[in-house]
Amino acid sequence: MTRLIQALLAVAVSATAAFAQEDVATFGTGATPFVIRSTTDIAILEPALTAFAADHPDLAITYEQWGSNPLHANASSACDGETTPADAVFSSAVHLMVSLVNRACARPFVSDRTRALPDTRRWRDEVWGVTQEPAVMIYNTDRIAPEDVPQSRFDLLDLMRDDPVTFRARIATYDIEASGLGYLFAYIDSLEATTFGSLLEGLARSDAIATCCSTEIIEGVSTGEYLFAYNVLGSYVRNAAPANVGVILPEDYTLFLSRAYMIPAKARNPMAAEQFLDFLLSERGQAMLASVGLLYATDPDELRTVQSARRSIPLAPPLLVALDGSTERQFLERWTDAFSAAPVP
Amino acid sequence: MADGSAPSLLARLLTGVVLILGIGAVIVALSAWFNGRSASWEAYDRLLLGAANDIAESIRIADGAPTLNLPTSAFELLAQAPDDRVTYAVRGPDDGLITGLSDTPSPTRERLREAIFFDGSMQGEDARFVDVVRRFAERDFSGNVRVTVGQTMIARRALAIDLMLNALVPIAIAGAALILISVIVVRGAVRPLDRIAEDMAGRDPYDLTPVSVEDVPREIAVIVTAMNRFMGRLDRQFTAMQSLISDTAHQLRTPVAAIRAQAETAIEESDPGERDKRLERLARRTRSLGTLLDQMLSRALVVHRTDSVAREKIDLRQIALEIVETRDHEVLAPDVEVELVIGEDPVMVLGDEFSLVQAGKNLLTNALKHGAPPVRIGVSEDKGRAVLWIEDAGPGMSPGLLARTGERFQRSAASREDSGGLGLSIVTAVTDAFDGEIVVSQANGRFRIGFALPMVKGGAS
Repeated sequence: MTRLIQALLAVAVSATAAFAQEDVATFGTGATPFVIRSTTDIAILEPALTAFAADHPDLAITYEQWGSNPLHANASSACDGETTPADAVFSSAVHLMVSLVNRACARPFVSDRTRALPDTRRWRDEVWGVTQEPAVMIYNTDRIAPEDVPQSRFDLLDLMRDDPVTFRARIATYDIEASGLGYLFAYIDSLEATTFGSLLEGLARSDAIATCCSTEIIEGVSTGEYLFAYNVLGSYVRNAAPANVGVILPEDYTLFLSRAYMIPAKARNPMAAEQFLDFLLSERGQAMLASVGLLYATDPDELRTVQSARRSIPLAPPLLVALDGSTERQFLERWTDAFSAAPVP
Repeated sequence: MADGSAPSLLARLLTGVVLILGIGAVIVALSAWFNGRSASWEAYDRLLLGAANDIAESIRIADGAPTLNLPTSAFELLAQAPDDRVTYAVRGPDDGLITGLSDTPSPTRERLREAIFFDGSMQGEDARFVDVVRRFAERDFSGNVRVTVGQTMIARRALAIDLMLNALVPIAIAGAALILISVIVVRGAVRPLDRIAEDMAGRDPYDLTPVSVEDVPREIAVIVTAMNRFMGRLDRQFTAMQSLISDTAHQLRTPVAAIRAQAETAIEESDPGERDKRLERLARRTRSLGTLLDQMLSRALVVHRTDSVAREKIDLRQIALEIVETRDHEVLAPDVEVELVIGEDPVMVLGDEFSLVQAGKNLLTNALKHGAPPVRIGVSEDKGRAVLWIEDAGPGMSPGLLARTGERFQRSAASREDSGGLGLSIVTAVTDAFDGEIVVSQANGRFRIGFALPMVKGGAS
């Protein structure tokens, strides 16, 4: 039955949205429609959505799963009044969300729970960072001896230099041209530390593989195709949960991404969107997000190093720089230059 | 206090203070707002300019075209206004967008300086923009590249309001203190009034003694003194009235009883000759009663007038002339000639004409009744005082009688039955009222009595 509705809805929506979304699911059978457009997999958010729908039987929740760039394009044209707006937008491409807020496409909302968020996780009370997911390094635990496991970017550089043969073409990272998230992580890396240049050079020298998708990278590490992967979103690893993949939070610094939640200015059911935000930020909602890996739970013994190395990506106008056409072009040039200029040993 | 009365001093003063403070507050608030606004605008304009210059600095020429790596520092600067939305655009010589947001407006004014600040809007929200220009003269590129940076106004408005409030809060506190102080001061100032009101309310109805002016502010003391003076006058008139009534009752009882007795005996008298004699006596008694009434009324009038009628400058010769000219004495003693002795120069005193004439007439009447002709009336100067005197050739008054001139109803052995005994008492009342005194002298077998008053300079008014 659910599958039938899902299929019907997919057909109905695809007629207007031109196949932009990847998947769709509905929750609840109430009379009031509530449309969420998100980059997060339906399966990951399903428990939270089911619980929220149970709390609000009056709502008919439509959860659409989109790619981050099409979602931004959709929200942007909805802001200009060209397409039907969603009631809530939830995206991991936080720089795109900040740009939407900067274009006055968002609707402000304040509650005790949004107010409790740190400054880095909200901007203008119009966009909120609901999750906390680290950018991690992963490795194949069968192929890399525990004593060789790099704990920081410096260790990774040393490893690549000391043993170039083992790691040749066995290190993976996001293809930043294809992945918005990969680009964002790489760009923040370039701002965060001077290691970025040598890291880029090292990755290029060891013929690192730039590939597109998290799933592919994690599977590759698990099968042993890659020994090591750099800058993978921790929550994906947690959800894929292969047994032989180890996770490292770099000790020099670990980037933390907060998926951004926004209520479009033209939302037709902003109240439901506000309620859903409060639900996600509530203890129950946060516990559910933590259980699916969207909120990184710190072990007490890890706490100190992680806390001091923690770098949240702040939801703030400086993220707009990442979006700047000229800057992006040059950054990508620098990236491809490094990879193409890699000397063949 | 009481309904219908004018607003209390406290209310008036407070209204004034609040009005002044209100006007002051508006002026200060406006000036504080303008100062705060200009300070805040300047501060945030500098941030904008800093960001724009940062971006302009990062422009370089590559392959004959301007290009740039947008500096994060520019946006960190703009993030000093954490809640403001930002926009930026970098445009080449032909106004073509090199990078940035295409809806960023350009200045409409003519460029006079390197940097132009202008107001505009971002998605319908007020915003402030700066436009700076960087000039290139390279081998492969020459021309101007403009950098426009804009920001909404939340932070600068908040700072302006903050600065204004910082300026206003101490002033508001001072204003409140001023109101409080004026309440305390006015309360303190009107407290004597309350005390006076209490004093008056707690008084016996016949208590007309003065209210104390101790500890009373000078302004209010004036009122209290005037009130005391008024009460004094009231007291004197009240006393005069009381004594008039009691005197009248006392004095009239005897003559009226005598008249009644004589009238009754006259009715019973069968002998016509005897009856005529009795009627004659009855008529005399009645005349005497009339005189007594006249005197009593005139004394009451004199006492009343000395208190209530304003004093004016009067020529004492005029008084003497009037006394003689009314020719009352011709009724009393038709065969006696009264001689008037006055000089050429006016003799001015301060007083009430009616009272002075009454006093003079009483002295003349006494002289005609008790003295011996010739009788003279005159006005002269004596040691800087003006004296109106009556002189006759009689023996004069006994020293004992003279000492009791002020008392009422003094009848000497010589007093005839048509005398009221009030004559000298009227004279005493007049001299007391006008700061004078009775003067008596006896020389060359002539008795002279009169009153002396302080002389004043100047002609008759």
